[in-house]
Order: sequence, then C-alpha cells, then structure tokens
Amino acid sequence: MNVHAIQAIYRFEMARTRRTLMQSIISPVISTSLYFVVFGAAIGSRIQHVEGISYGAFIVPGLIMLSLLTQSISNASFGIYFPKFTGTIYELLSAPVSYLEIVISYVGAAATKSIILGLIILATAALFVPLQILHPLWMLLFLLLTAVTFSLVGFIIGIWADGFEKLQLVPLLIVTPLTFLGGSFYSIDMLPPIWQKVTLFNPVVYLISGFRWSFYGIADVSVGISLAMTVLFMATSLAIVGWIFKTGYRLKT
Amino acid sequence: MPSIISVNDLSKTYASGLQALKNINLEIRRGEIFALLGPNGAGKTTLIGIICGIVKPTVGKILVDGHDIVSEYRAARSLIGLVPQELTTDAFESVWGTVSFSRGLFGKKANPAHLEKVLKDLSLWNRRDSKIITLSGGMKRRLLIAKALSHEPQILFLDEPTAGVDVELRRDMWRLVRSLRESGVTIILTTHYIDEAEEMADRVGVISKGEIILVEQKAELMRKLGRKQLTLQLHEPLKAIPEALTGHRLELSADGSELIYTYDTQGERPGIAALLDDLDKAGIRFKDLQTTQSSLEDIFVSLVREEK
Repeated sequence: MNVHAIQAIYRFEMARTRRTLMQSIISPVISTSLYFVVFGAAIGSRIQHVEGISYGAFIVPGLIMLSLLTQSISNASFGIYFPKFTGTIYELLSAPVSYLEIVISYVGAAATKSIILGLIILATAALFVPLQILHPLWMLLFLLLTAVTFSLVGFIIGIWADGFEKLQLVPLLIVTPLTFLGGSFYSIDMLPPIWQKVTLFNPVVYLISGFRWSFYGIADVSVGISLAMTVLFMATSLAIVGWIFKTGYRLKT
Repeated sequence: MPSIISVNDLSKTYASGLQALKNINLEIRRGEIFALLGPNGAGKTTLIGIICGIVKPTVGKILVDGHDIVSEYRAARSLIGLVPQELTTDAFESVWGTVSFSRGLFGKKANPAHLEKVLKDLSLWNRRDSKIITLSGGMKRRLLIAKALSHEPQILFLDEPTAGVDVELRRDMWRLVRSLRESGVTIILTTHYIDEAEEMADRVGVISKGEIILVEQKAELMRKLGRKQLTLQLHEPLKAIPEALTGHRLELSADGSELIYTYDTQGERPGIAALLDDLDKAGIRFKDLQTTQSSLEDIFVSLVREEK
C-alpha cells in the first residue's frame, strides 16, 4: 500500500477545500439555513406535526441528506474531473499507485468534506429547531455510508464527464429531484397510495428514511431495509469504479 | 551494459484506428542520455506515455529495470520521473506544495532537504511559496522538472524539455541534464531541436510514422551518415565546370567564384588528393579552402525524407 500517495492526494484535496472555503462549506450552510427559515419557521409553524414531531425538526435529516448527497457528488466529481481537464492527471496515471489507493484518497477526501459539512448543518439546525438524536451511532453510520457511497458516485461522474456541463447534469437532473421526491420534506404516508408505491423505486427514500429513524425513531421503511439498500448502492458504485479502472475507461487511451 | 529499459515488439493502435507505433524494439542503456528524434506525430509521446503507464499498449512487453510495466507497475513506475510536453500544472497550489505532492505520490517519505536541493538546482527556491499560476512559462517548465525529480528517479523522461524556452534557460537545462547523468540517472529526451540531441545525447533514435528507423551512437551516426563539403575559393571565377573535372562530384557556386566538393566521410578514399591533382592540371588555382561537416539536423532531414 502506497500510504504516502494516499496522504499526498488526501492532503491535496483537503487543501483545495480550504482554498475554496466559501464555495465548499459556507454556501451550503447558508442555503440550508434558508430552508430552515422558510420551511421551519415561516411555513412550518402553520403545518401540523408530522408523526408527533414539529415540521421544522422533521425536515432536518432530509436537509442534511440533501446537502450530503449533492456535496459528496460535487466534491468527488470535481476532484477527479479537474486533473483530467487541466492535464495534471498524467502524474497520477504515471505514479506507482493502485486504483484502490486512488479511490481511497479521492473518495475519502470528498466524503470527509461532506461529513464535516453535514455536521455543520446539523449544528446550524440546532439553532433553529429543537433536535433529538435517539441513535447517534446509527446516525453517524448512515452519514458515513451515504457520504462514501455518493462520493463514489461523484467519482464515477467525474471520470465519465468530458465537459463541465456533464459534471452538473447528473446532480441537477437526477440527484436533486430524487432527493426532493425522496421524502426530504414530507413523510411518504402523506402521499396518495399509488405514489407511495412508486416512490419506493427512489433509492434516496431509503437513505432519508434510515437517517430520520436515527434521529426520531420514525421511518417510512424499516431500518434494516434502509441499511441494506445503502450498502447495495455502495457495492454497485464500487463495482462500477472497479470496472472503470479495469478498462481504463475515459482515463487511458 | 544491461538495458534499463527494454521495449519488445510494442505496437499501439488507438481506438480511432490510428496506428501510432508499429512493432517497436528499443533498448535504453543504463546511465545514458538517449535522444528520440522524430517529426510531429511520429509517435514519440505515445512511446513515452506507454512506458510511463499513461497510455495502454496494444501489443508488446516493456521491462523497466527488469520489472514488467503492467504486472509490476509499482516497481517500474517508482523508478521513473516524467516531464510532460505540455505545461500542465495546478494553478492554485504552491511550488513547495506541488513538489511535496509529487514526492508523496511516488511513495517516498517527506524529505525537505532533497526538495530544497532540487528547487535550488532549478532556481525555484525563492519562489517556493508562490502559487503556480504566478510563475512564468520558463519557471513552470522548470517546476515540472522539479516535480519529476522530487522522488529521486533512476530514469528521467523529458518530452520536448526546451520547447518555448529561452537560450539561457536551455543552457541551464543542458547543464542540469548532464549533472543528472553524472549522478547515474538515465535520461531519455525527445526533441525537435536537433542541436539539443547533438549537444547532449550519447545515442540517438529516429522515429518516423511509428517506426524506429535508426538507433545509433551519436558519433557513429555522424560518422556514418555525415557528409563533408570542401569549398574552394577560386582566384578567378569560372563560367562552368571544366571538362577535365566532370568526374568529380563538383558544384559551382552561382557567381562562379567557388567550387564545392561533397564527399562521404565514411568513404575509404575521399578523393581529395585526386581532385586537387586534377585542378592543378587544369590550371585552376584557389586562394583558400574550407571544409564543413553536416549536422545531425541534415542527417535527420535526409533520413525522414527517405522514409517518405
């Protein structure tokens, strides 16, 4: 294991975060705070409690997931796309590093960033709404698994993208809609029966449901299924990453 | 001397169908400076890319110090430093940050003393805290060399190292390359500037249309293919070459004041004595003479032209 290389890439990526602190940390915090102000305070006060929890508190896990997904994807995709764009990837490809080491360092850095971000948002949320976390260890586990899984997804997108437009395409057209429709702002019980069935095809439902359970002990689907689905997404992403490196797809000609 | 790089039956066909390399066999000797010459699109960069692990070979086997570049890529790659042709750098990273990154990437533990020496050798030490984006083109070029040297490679690839570099910097770079060779580093450089190869290389390989058409000791190449010209400045201009001298390979300059005789240095008998003898008999007198030897550039141009 080339530990020095993993450290070097990880440090480099974390340094990039520090340089772009505004964009990486502060702007997601501000936009999330806006959600709390609008949904939590302004509109939320007129919405009845959801399953015994105030609406403002109910949406916290969903909002953290929303940021976690989009930021994991954007951090990881940019991290690997940019060297491809500038050409500095030559150094990575010519270095004595294994594919596993590349994935560990890039995905590890992206996941670290989004977990930090998630925790910051959680702290911010605590300022606006009364929070309780029934299962903190499960909460951290879901946070970790989701961050890693979607950093892997971001890594895949970063390798697949051959322009900045494609880099934005998947987060914008797929991830954000799925998150909004995945129960960030509502409980699935609120949907008409047919949509309750349809929504089960949305993978994000399982992530949010499991994560919300770790807070309040309420869930749309059982925790076991949530966990199993999260692990399944992770395994799928890993398999795709494995295939990319095996074939050199979009990396080596 | 054992080869440090051994390329066997290497071919590369890109997905577009372009055959960039055709059955390349090449041995690079330990400790030498090898210059790879060839016109644009000849396959120089592809060949380097494959050896360094950036481009996938279609067929063939490459050993770097006995390590297969595919199955033992870690051992092979950690010996190699690559300076790419394009000035590709991270814009916002600092000089010190990027050379430290390169060293770590190649699996070496931090060694500030070594990095300091490399940066000083390349006159980048006082810019170590600068962001790369603030460096001039020449500095970026040197920075790429510093990155490649940061992990103490045994083999250094320089892909067009002096493209777009001013004369003084070129001299500095040549000095650096020589001192690296003295410390035992094998250097492979590609270049458009033939004088660079002539100045530095121990051996020269010529690649054209994906094929190695010649590998030769530089001195040997010059001797074999070099032509010499003898120019005679005449006392009185001639209108035409006299009948008596048509047996020699002579040319008359436009104003008729010079006779130019071309001969191969490899020839057993260059025929100068006979020529001078015949000149004397024909009553042609000359006031001065000079000889010139063709450069590697002339040789290269004639080789590549033959290929076409």
